[in-house]
Amino acid sequence: MSDPTFFARSALLAVPLYLLLVVVLRGTSAILKHAIAVVAALALAVALVLMLPPGSLSYFTTFLLMGSVYAVLTLGLNVQWGYTGLFNIGIAAFFAIGAFTSALVTTVEPTGSMAAFTQQLFGLGAPFWVGLLAAGLASGLLALIVGGPTLRLRGDYLAIATIGIGELVRLVFQNERWLANGPQPLRGLPQPLSCLASSEGCSYLPGFVNAFFEPLSPREYPYIYVAIVAIVLFLVYVGLERAIRSPWGRVLRAVREDEDSAAMSGKNVAAFRMQAFVVGAVIMGIGGSLYAHYVVAIDYGHFDPLYGTFLIWVMLMLGGSGNNRGAVLGALLVWAIWTGASFAIDALRPTLASISPELPQRGPYVRFLLISLLMLFIVLYRPRGVLPEEKVVSLARD
Amino acid sequence: MTEAPTISRGRAFRRAASHALSSRWSLLALLGLLAVLVIVFGALEGIPASRLLGLTVRGILLGGALALGALGITLVFGVLKMANFAHGDYMTTGAYLGLVVMALIPASAPVLGLGFGYEFVIALLIVMPLTGLVAYGLDRVTFRRLRKRRAAPIMMAMAALGLAFGVRSIIYMVFGADFTFYYQGGPRPIVELLPGLRVRTDQLFILAAAVVLIFLVYLLLERTKIGKAMRAMADNSDLARISGIATERVVFWTWLISGGLAGAGGMLYALDVQLRPEMGWWLLLPLFAAVILGSIGNVYGALFGAFTMGIVWQVSSAFVNPAYGPAAAFVVMILALLVRPQGLMGRDK
Repeated sequence: MSDPTFFARSALLAVPLYLLLVVVLRGTSAILKHAIAVVAALALAVALVLMLPPGSLSYFTTFLLMGSVYAVLTLGLNVQWGYTGLFNIGIAAFFAIGAFTSALVTTVEPTGSMAAFTQQLFGLGAPFWVGLLAAGLASGLLALIVGGPTLRLRGDYLAIATIGIGELVRLVFQNERWLANGPQPLRGLPQPLSCLASSEGCSYLPGFVNAFFEPLSPREYPYIYVAIVAIVLFLVYVGLERAIRSPWGRVLRAVREDEDSAAMSGKNVAAFRMQAFVVGAVIMGIGGSLYAHYVVAIDYGHFDPLYGTFLIWVMLMLGGSGNNRGAVLGALLVWAIWTGASFAIDALRPTLASISPELPQRGPYVRFLLISLLMLFIVLYRPRGVLPEEKVVSLARD
Repeated sequence: MTEAPTISRGRAFRRAASHALSSRWSLLALLGLLAVLVIVFGALEGIPASRLLGLTVRGILLGGALALGALGITLVFGVLKMANFAHGDYMTTGAYLGLVVMALIPASAPVLGLGFGYEFVIALLIVMPLTGLVAYGLDRVTFRRLRKRRAAPIMMAMAALGLAFGVRSIIYMVFGADFTFYYQGGPRPIVELLPGLRVRTDQLFILAAAVVLIFLVYLLLERTKIGKAMRAMADNSDLARISGIATERVVFWTWLISGGLAGAGGMLYALDVQLRPEMGWWLLLPLFAAVILGSIGNVYGALFGAFTMGIVWQVSSAFVNPAYGPAAAFVVMILALLVRPQGLMGRDK
């Protein structure tokens, strides 16, 4: 407790824990639930900060951060595949559009000698939340354009069309220098509230807030960002849960189960498919924005079909498609396997080297294989995932 | 009473009009229109006609390798009713198996004015059944289980996606991520087909080999009992099953043939361009564009689509960055689907 950052770090870590508890706790009155959640989250956060060595704690924080970013992307896929049955294997396209839109909206177009190194279509220098909304908007717009000619097609045609969009978008960001500096990275994305972790503090916040976070150094920024990501994830989750329990969500599931009988009940199947596709894409775009502002520098390589699409599919399938809790759980589990595997492979380096001297440097591909086998295992043996879809009762309407 | 016929006549007229708009001929007209646009824009941009002609010939040569891949996809779809997204990676597998086999057998001097010796042809003949067996073996451990469970086709496609990434990761582990060639820095003989139109002799070999293999597949499908059984399965699998066709045998031959063609296509494509672990994933887009343009499940449609997409891929490079070639094939596929969703050879609705 002698560490001056103790209070600030505990308070920040309590935010994601509190939101998690609010979602998980059931069967109590609302006020009691929130009270329990606040107390338990603070206690847990304090315990974590006290008990874990500083290295492990910051590792845990960045793990939670990236896991939550992927959870947002997985929730987006859950709307499309889990609830509506749209086979989108071009998640990377919406992920990338969100990330690059947010980058263009929040950065400032370079001038003078810097302009020779960085080219971009525009740079508005807007705040983070504007970038976040613009990312969702741009991604939704792309879905609207793509969905027009492809959503009326059969499932596997839509799959190939979305693969095409994923590749096309990546190629554009790779080859069009004027758009977003491709193939070079677009750097210097602003990080929201990063001023809290700097010595000056945030001029727009009251003095006592700045004083509370004063001890934090820029190295501890992930503690701030994990709270922001958790809030966005929570809002997306709660919004989706409400939407899925509404009559709208019921129609989506009807479309997934039996298109013809949904159409016979007078539902405009094409319109509902389009709505689900666009809503999912908006969420993916928001996920892209969250990702971009964490990594600060983005280029086309981040949106490879493996990291940008396949990993998210494994997350949803493992967690349980058609279940929002499952989507979030799957994202955290697969991210744990993905990052944990890289530790295991590092530890196995001597063994790998004894098989072939080339193998240790190809270690990253071992986890690539592991995640593919995981996907095959789920599809073959556990197609419903860890948390299978539950029977959903629509909210009463009066 | 008197109004009813008028309504139905109006409806019939509208139906006939929409039929005409989505007929086979309007799809061909669309492709013709694209060709005209290419010529007009080529003239406006000052691209010489000889360059466009040269690219078209290159496209036909590339179409040979694409056709082998597209045939496999369409056969698997026809018989097993699944979109095999791992097919591109089976082509990569074939290409890298070729690299291994060629390292094991003695190399001869280049023959017949080509850039390679007999060992390439021998390797091709060894790799084809090997890749076919790999494809069948993977079916045994994955798709067969799903078929037995009567899983939805979309779950098969998802398993195929898992296989695609799994196969590629094994190739990364064994061969590394760098690109390589069969003949590093070897001779690349060139022949002048027409005045000013030069192609590599290797590329002519690729087309010739593809044509021979396509002809063999034609004979197999039309003249043999197993070919007949495969066509019966493609036409109506339930009827085929109750007529006593041994479906697992048909499944075995389907994978052996389509895997074998994928292996050959991968080796031939790699001979022309390079070997790369990602090559199969990048080929997936033009391959499916070809198959869908021609009507998925239809063998002749796939051939037409493959050569069309080969030409589209190459000719587009006169106008845009060549990296967009596969994407250009994809855009043409989307346009074609807007006109005729069932593809060229599909049944009229």
